[in-house]
Formats: sequence, structure tokens, C-alpha cells
Amino acid sequence: MTAAAFPASGAPPRPASPRPAPPRRARAGAALKHRRTVTNAVMLGLLGAAALVAVLPLAFILFYLFKAGFSSINLAFFTHGPAPVGETGGGMGNAIVGTLVLVGMACVVGLPVGVGAGIYLAEFRGGRLATAVRFLSDVLNGLPSIVIGIFAWSLFVRPVHHFSALSGGVALGAMMIPLVTRTTEELIRTVPNALREAALALGYPRWRTSLTIVLRTALPGIATGALVAIARIAGETAPLLFTAFGNQFWSFSPTQPIAAMPLQIFNYAISPYDEWHAQAWAGALVLLLLIFFLSVAARLATRTRYGAGGD
Amino acid sequence: MPESTFSSEAAATLPGAVPSVAPVRAPLPPPAPPPLGAPPPDVPPIADGPAEPVGAERLAGRVVGDQIYRWTVTFFAACIPILLVLLAIEVVAAGWPALRQFGPHFLVSTDWDPVAGQFGAGPAIFGTVVTSLVALVIATPLALGVAVFISELAPGWLRTPLGFLVDLLAAVPSVVYGLWGVFVLVPLLREHVMPFIQRDLHLGNFPLFTGAPYGPSLFAAGVILAVMVLPYISSVSREVLLVVPRSQREAALALGATRWETIRGAVVPYAKSGIIGGIILGLGRALGETMAVTMVIGNRQAITASLFKPGYTMASLIANEFSEASGDLHLSALMAVGVVLFAITLLVNAVARWLVWRVSRAPGARAA
Repeated sequence: MTAAAFPASGAPPRPASPRPAPPRRARAGAALKHRRTVTNAVMLGLLGAAALVAVLPLAFILFYLFKAGFSSINLAFFTHGPAPVGETGGGMGNAIVGTLVLVGMACVVGLPVGVGAGIYLAEFRGGRLATAVRFLSDVLNGLPSIVIGIFAWSLFVRPVHHFSALSGGVALGAMMIPLVTRTTEELIRTVPNALREAALALGYPRWRTSLTIVLRTALPGIATGALVAIARIAGETAPLLFTAFGNQFWSFSPTQPIAAMPLQIFNYAISPYDEWHAQAWAGALVLLLLIFFLSVAARLATRTRYGAGGD
Repeated sequence: MPESTFSSEAAATLPGAVPSVAPVRAPLPPPAPPPLGAPPPDVPPIADGPAEPVGAERLAGRVVGDQIYRWTVTFFAACIPILLVLLAIEVVAAGWPALRQFGPHFLVSTDWDPVAGQFGAGPAIFGTVVTSLVALVIATPLALGVAVFISELAPGWLRTPLGFLVDLLAAVPSVVYGLWGVFVLVPLLREHVMPFIQRDLHLGNFPLFTGAPYGPSLFAAGVILAVMVLPYISSVSREVLLVVPRSQREAALALGATRWETIRGAVVPYAKSGIIGGIILGLGRALGETMAVTMVIGNRQAITASLFKPGYTMASLIANEFSEASGDLHLSALMAVGVVLFAITLLVNAVARWLVWRVSRAPGARAA
């Protein structure tokens, strides 16, 4: 490779050249250069192609969701519960409410712990506990959601032999924690140190500096992180199989099984009925649009506030 | 200064502070100080800041407040290790009866017969590994391509939106991928891709691609997993590529290397262990993905050489059979599969994180 970089220095005594350049040519260097240029062009083209191919599935999925789901979206879809098998119409109203209830419970569990742990990581960053927590929250983040479902099932459902919305909320909350923790930490770190120092210098105690100056500055970003976490858990299905379990009827009780959009989509998708398939597509479209909306909103909010470069 | 009327209260808590405060409004009562006359020289040291009279109580409150604050956030932080430990305990407890009954044999046995009470996770473990590998084989080149394209080649206006679009792939819920897989991808594979591989590429007799192309298969699961893990691999790779110092690129270019040679020879090797960490992270995701895989893999307990045949993964086995588990042993066996999955993903994630950390904490990382 280094040899290739000096084509000027006479070609013949260079057996080290990786692929045999045509020896008949007097100026092998030119050939080599040509080959390198071609390789360069080809590889750069492939990289661009990879980028294109990677984005295709997204377009593909969105296209089919709109094509198959858009026609089933109407007012009834948002206000009615499921229709009996064989009847057209009906909707996912109960599942939409169920998802909101579950997400709300998850926030109650996940936000305080996540934000608190994030503050700890940002403010006491150097310690051994901080390093361990940072590492473990990354590991927790990578755990399969179904394992977290088993955990919530074993903790809440098995002892009472009863599926419940609460257990689903806790499972989702546990999934939120690492996400919220890491975004909180990162955003608190973007708060300029000068602000902190100024507050301390004015005689503010540390906790007030942290809560009223630093946290308040980082708050929009933390809210953004929470949005991203919500977007992520709103679509989770696996942990709900063991916990919230799904419900064909309207339910608001934390101790009863509750419907959720992803569960409903799953049940409809594996059912043999065409009307239910249509409902599943519509549900998927609504869910995906909701999640994309949250993601885009979160992204735009952070970008305008902190600039594209981060810290 | 103005606190003097309540000096008795202050005296109860902090005696040293009394004399300095009391004399201010002292004119009415007869001069009390004489017996306590000595303290005045002690006063200056108490004052901690510029404002002498507010000091004592405020200082004490501040110390207590800071302590409370510190312990509160420490408690929240400690929740994460506690949660992980609790998770491990609960999951192992759920699977314990089956683990005890079948022992290590559980991992390799291919019997899964709820009626006879025989359970072995062999096919599920096999399916998990195979689908994840298929996913990595497909996704890795693409993900690295995107990552390198975004960090090295793309014009500035394209970088952010392109990265965002790829990230959005990670936001699509698993069940939506599954829905799409069932109704779009599987028919596509069945009618076009699988016959193409078998007939037109003449690979029909190659062990990996034998059998009738039904559609739901290890292959379909692998393809869908590839789409799902791609954003993870690419975003981690992007992150570590951004950490590569600019001088690394400039040096290579200055020596006359082409763009591609710079990428291959100077940029990627620098970020290599981080990229490998990203790939392993993708592997961790692929191992645990549940819904989409359950919907397209065919759910059949068998170990086959052919990717075109239906199979099972650990996660899909649990998701699929949980609601119809017959009896406690069956349930426990499913949970024991969960234990295996938990252990494997824990290990894989820990290794991946460690590799990524090693790069992003390398010298120069902060400068990014």
C-alpha cells in the first residue's frame, strides 16, 4: 500500500506490489494509479449504495402501512372498541387508551429513577459507583424486552395469579430507566460549567444549584429524552404478553388486564380474518406515526437548542 | 443583625453565636455580657462567607440539604444495579424448577414434548444463533457502509437527515416489522427471492438452501432481523468513526492515498474495536428480538441445516407458548429458556459495551 503511494520511482524493481500490475507496460505506475482510481470510485459507489439500501426498508414499510392501513382509519377507529369477528368496523379505542395508561404508569416508574440516576451520573461522574451504574444501565438497555417481561410476570403476576395493567406498566417503566438515565446524563453534561460555578460562587448550595440552575437548563433536553423513551416503549409488545395481557373491552383498572395497541396489532395480525388484518394495518400505521412524531419532535427540539454538534 | 430578638433560640443551638448577636439590642436589659465576655474573639472564625450574621443556620441547612440531595440521587442511581440483580433473581427463580430437573442437558436436548414432560432448548438455541448470524451477515456490510458514508463522504446537508432516517428504523416497533414481514416480506421471499436462489443461482442442492420455499423460515427471520439491527450497528459505528482524529485522515490523504484507501487504511482500523463492539451490540439485539421473529419464523421445534425451513428462537418460543403452557413444568421450562437468553444477552452486551467504551474513551475521544 505504501509502495502504491509513490508511482514515480521507477516501476520494475517492485515485486511487493500486491496484485500483479501488467508487467509489459513500461509505466506500471500509471496502470496502478488507474486501478486505484477505479477501486476508489467503485468502493465509494458501494458505500453510497449501502446508504441507499439501508434507507429503503423504511420507505417500503411506510408505503405498505399507508396502502393497507389508511382506508381503515376513521373516527370509529379511535372511539370504538373491537367489533366482533365477521363484522366490519370497530376500532382500537380501548387499545389506544390502554397504551396511554401503560405509558403513564411506565413514566411514573421510569422517569424519577431515570432522571435521578442521570443526575447522579452527571454530577458525581468520577466515582466507582458512577462507572458501574453507567455500564450496567447500558447492559440493562440491551436486555431483550421479553426477559423484562418474564421479570415483571414473576414479580407481580405469578404471586397473585392475575394479569394486570400495573405489571405491564412496571415492565415498561423498567425499560425506560436506562434510556432516560443516559439521555439525562448527556444533557446535563452539555450545561456549561460556568453556569454551575456562577451559582456556587453566589453562595447557592449544591443541591439548589443542581436542581434550579443545572436541571432547569437541561430540562427541555431531558423532556426530549423522555419522549424518545416513551416512543420506544409505546411500541413494545413482548413484555406485555405476560403482564398487561390485552383485553377486548374497555378497562381502566390497574389490577385488570388492559388492552394495548402493539398487543392488539399482534393478535389481529396472526388471526385468520381479513377485517382484523385491516385493523392491524391501521393500528400499525397510527402507532408508527405516533412514534415517528415523537421522535421527530424530540430530534428537532434538541437540535435547535443545542446546535448540531452537541458538546 | 435583625435576628437579635430571637437570640435565645440561636443560643440553644449554637452557643458561640450568642454574644455577637445579643449586644446589638442590649440597651434595655442590664448588661448581660460580662459573664460570657470571653467569646468575642471566637466570632470571626465562625463566619464562613462575606455575610457574617446569616452563617450558622444557613450553613448547617446547606450541609444537610447537600447530604440529602446526594443520598437521594445516589439512591436512584443504585436502583439500576438493584434492578438488574432483582431481574436476575426473579428470572432464575421462574425457571428454576425446569433447570433443576433437566440440568445441563436442557441446553442440548432437542425434545420439546409438553405432553411427555420433556423439555430441551436445543432447537430454540440453534434457531436463535442461526437467525442472528444470518442477520449479522446481511446487516453488517450495509450498516458499515451507511456509517462510513455518513461520517466520511456525505455532504453536510445530507448527514443529519440520513442518519436520522436510519435511526428511525430502530424506532419502528417490532410488531410492525412482524406485520410487514407476514404480509409483505414473506410472500416476497417465497415467490421471488427463494426460487431465485434455488433455481437461478443453482444453489438448490446446497445444504443451506434445500427444501421447498414455504416462506416462514429461519431465512425470513434473519432478513427481518437484519433490518432491525442495522440501525444499532450503524449508529455505534458512526459514533466511533466520529472519534477518529482528523489528523489520521489528513495524514493518509497527504501521502497520496485515495479516499477509499484512507477509509480502509487509516480510519476504519482506528475505530475497529468500537465497530466490532457495535456489531456485537447488534448481535445482542438480534438474539433477543421477539415479536417480528415469532411472526415470520414458522415456529417449529427442529434443527435443520436449511435456512429455508421453519424454526424457533428462544424469544419466539417463550412468546408463542406462554399463553398455552400446560402445567407448571412447561411454564418453568419456558422461563428456563428465558434464563438462557438472559445469560447470553448479558454476556454479549457486556462484551460489546466494553469494546465500544475502549474506543470512545481513547485519547482524542473527548476532543470530538
